[in-house]
Amino acid sequence: MKLELSMVVQGCRLGVLTGLGRAGQHSLEVPGCLLYTRCGTVPHLTQDTLHTLNNLPSVTQLTLNTLAEHQEVLEEFKEGVRKFAGLHDTVLYCSLHDPATSCPPGHITNKTVSVWGSGGRIELTVAKFMALQKAVQPDLYQSMADGETWQINTSRKRVRKSVDRTLAHLDECLLLHHKTQELSGVEVLGVVEGGDVLEERVRSARETAKRPVGGFCLDGLHTAAMETHLRTQLITAIIKELPEDKPRLLQGVGRPDEVLACVEAGVDLFESFFPFQVTERGCALTFPFNITTDPEAAGTGVQVPPTVVELDKHEAAIGQKNGTDNPQEDQTKMTPFEINLKDNRFVSICVCASWCMHVCLCPSHSILRCVCVCVCVCVCVCVCVCVCVCVCVCVCVCVCVPVSSVCACVSLWVCVTLCSPGTERTSVPWWRGVAATAAGTTRGRTYTTFW
Amino acid sequence: MAAPIARGAATSSLETGMVVKKAVSIVAPLALRIIAECPVTKARACDLKLPHCTVSTPVFMPVGTQGTMKGITVDQLDDLGCQICLGNTYHLGMRPGPELIEKANGLHGFMNWKRNLLTDSGGFQMVSLVELSEVTEEGVKFKSPYDGKEILLSPEQSIAIQNSLGSDIMMQLDDVVSSTVTGPRVEEATWRSIRWLDRCIAANKNPDRQNLFAIIQGGLNAELRKACLDEMTKRDVPGFAIGGLSGGEEKDDFWRMVTLSTDHLPREKPRYLMGVGYAVDLVVCVALGCDMFDCVFPTRTARFGSALVPWGSLTITKKQFAKDLQAIDPDCQCPTCRRHSRAYLHALFKSDTAAMHHITIHNISYQLTLMRSMRQSIIDGRFPDFVRTFMKRMFPSPEQYPGWAVDALGTVNITLN
Repeated sequence: MKLELSMVVQGCRLGVLTGLGRAGQHSLEVPGCLLYTRCGTVPHLTQDTLHTLNNLPSVTQLTLNTLAEHQEVLEEFKEGVRKFAGLHDTVLYCSLHDPATSCPPGHITNKTVSVWGSGGRIELTVAKFMALQKAVQPDLYQSMADGETWQINTSRKRVRKSVDRTLAHLDECLLLHHKTQELSGVEVLGVVEGGDVLEERVRSARETAKRPVGGFCLDGLHTAAMETHLRTQLITAIIKELPEDKPRLLQGVGRPDEVLACVEAGVDLFESFFPFQVTERGCALTFPFNITTDPEAAGTGVQVPPTVVELDKHEAAIGQKNGTDNPQEDQTKMTPFEINLKDNRFVSICVCASWCMHVCLCPSHSILRCVCVCVCVCVCVCVCVCVCVCVCVCVCVCVCVPVSSVCACVSLWVCVTLCSPGTERTSVPWWRGVAATAAGTTRGRTYTTFW
Repeated sequence: MAAPIARGAATSSLETGMVVKKAVSIVAPLALRIIAECPVTKARACDLKLPHCTVSTPVFMPVGTQGTMKGITVDQLDDLGCQICLGNTYHLGMRPGPELIEKANGLHGFMNWKRNLLTDSGGFQMVSLVELSEVTEEGVKFKSPYDGKEILLSPEQSIAIQNSLGSDIMMQLDDVVSSTVTGPRVEEATWRSIRWLDRCIAANKNPDRQNLFAIIQGGLNAELRKACLDEMTKRDVPGFAIGGLSGGEEKDDFWRMVTLSTDHLPREKPRYLMGVGYAVDLVVCVALGCDMFDCVFPTRTARFGSALVPWGSLTITKKQFAKDLQAIDPDCQCPTCRRHSRAYLHALFKSDTAAMHHITIHNISYQLTLMRSMRQSIIDGRFPDFVRTFMKRMFPSPEQYPGWAVDALGTVNITLN
């Protein structure tokens, strides 16, 4: 595996990673990404459907958490995940964790890390980890690492431990790697840890760079772990300690804006789990990424769509923040790069018919003697505009017949209803707003009517 | 012998005195050409010409309820050689609704399917899925599960929705009664279905490009069914469905009604047996003279991990397949069997929905291949041998052949021992 850089511009590296795969025939452009899979399959897609897409990444990412429970089958099979999963012409990279799944913390020890399969937790020593790699037979893999530094208030001591353990695991992995026939020609990526502590990051990077690894994996910097500014700071510091001719893979970062920031900081490779996350919440990616080469017209050069508040008033109304200033927020909420396909604005016009009933009280007479009830039918046409508002107008006439006289009132309703996103049809608007009314009676009284 | 394509105006009257005039249609949107008839049984192989393409029968039509075959793309369905599939009027009528689909160039445009579509009337779903409020002469009143509103589905409305969907074959709205019900309700439903058929015919805005099929009722009552056949065959519809079966009745009653129906349906029009999908049922009913079938079974069972094979079915999620490196069916040519093993699919089932999609593709391929083999054997004049070979493969020994199947095949001159 060789990294050939053609250009470095303001920290951004441009080049090609060549000599990938057992026969060395594959290459991957840098900056680039890996193809995210679960148990060797791109989520929801069969191979045929997958291959209707062009320009798929030449390196496929496997994750140990979806493979560990199948160790026995793979060992009996003997021919690795490539053949087991029916993956043909692709390079395989094996990571420890799945970037789209979070792990429950607190299960890491000095000698072990854990992954979670469909049947529960599986504990891995370095020996078991390497046995798995032997069964999976990837083309490159990250060494076993302790990356549990993302929680708020992780102590300095804990961070230091994660660096120490990861280095120890790396040394053990490399030892076993060179003893394993099935892994000859396979590259190992050293993992840089260090939480949010600059000194630990530098130490981890420096020490890892001393080992004979094929490249570097930057861990513990994922989207939920810290905000963008700190991340790029740390990456910049890490990069200074790493050799230029080896690739750097950043784990757990997939949002377009964050990816760009990290490319500027010197990262070469990313994981591509972000489209999967967007899919799982029923959204589709729709961000423009045109680059204007005219220096007069260019701003940052890449258009980032308007903020969330403009796009999705409903979410804003609930007060959710979007963007990376609050990283520990739930990863399932929408970003500015997508549209929610369940949104009603994609159903252009809804027609609803409904009825309303209200009670008029006539204050000019004794309450006991005059209560009238009227029923009116209104037909409203609701047009969902960008804020999902239906405006309905209905007119109803009610006639009160108190003991001594007849009074009539006409009331005009203007009701404002909010269509909640996620309902399939807004055919029955539910009345949230209360309208003002004007009424006239034979006696010149005003009546208040309400719903 | 092709279906007659030009006819003078025909009239028919019912006991209510309604007169239905059938207009002259110069070019019908359906033409059936009988390629071969089995000299031993009632099976036939035909070419059914429909607006979007010609369909080879006998044919199995996969069900894509909400305008999609769950888990697979229209391209994949196309690659499997599917020439006609089903969409569901009830579901699509509720969501997204006929107006939107009409704007999208009909259901074909909406789901981007270039071959044929058959839509059912919505009648069956109303009975099977929702609280049935009331069946009146007007239509069926029920409460929609989507928004709780009271909806009336009348023959006119069902046809209107199907007109908007633009399907190649539409089904009449019938008064659906479970096949386990007996008594006067069945008779009422039969006569009402005939009246509703006439209303559907009158309501069809596109007789030049959409084919309306009648649905023969009569439950499990031979006289009633015969009466229904006599009446409905008087109407000039392009095809007939055999309905009111496949709902939990005894198989012994089921096949008798099927064969009675095919005995009295016109030879030159297609016969569609609704809701039949198990392999044995398909083979027997082809022998009894049916041309078209639909069922959710193969696609639904796939999502539970069950793969259909010539000797039964394999539940891939079972432990015994964890290390089984063969394809689901080593002889199957579907994309799943060409690339994946049982062991891999077993493993994948624990991680991702793609496993279900793989099995869906295999099951649809299995059904379509079965129909294709039957068709070819009819054309080659060896259909009875095909049936015997099929049964031998499917059941470990002759003692295990289902009794009803043996009886049914016996009536069309196939002996199974």
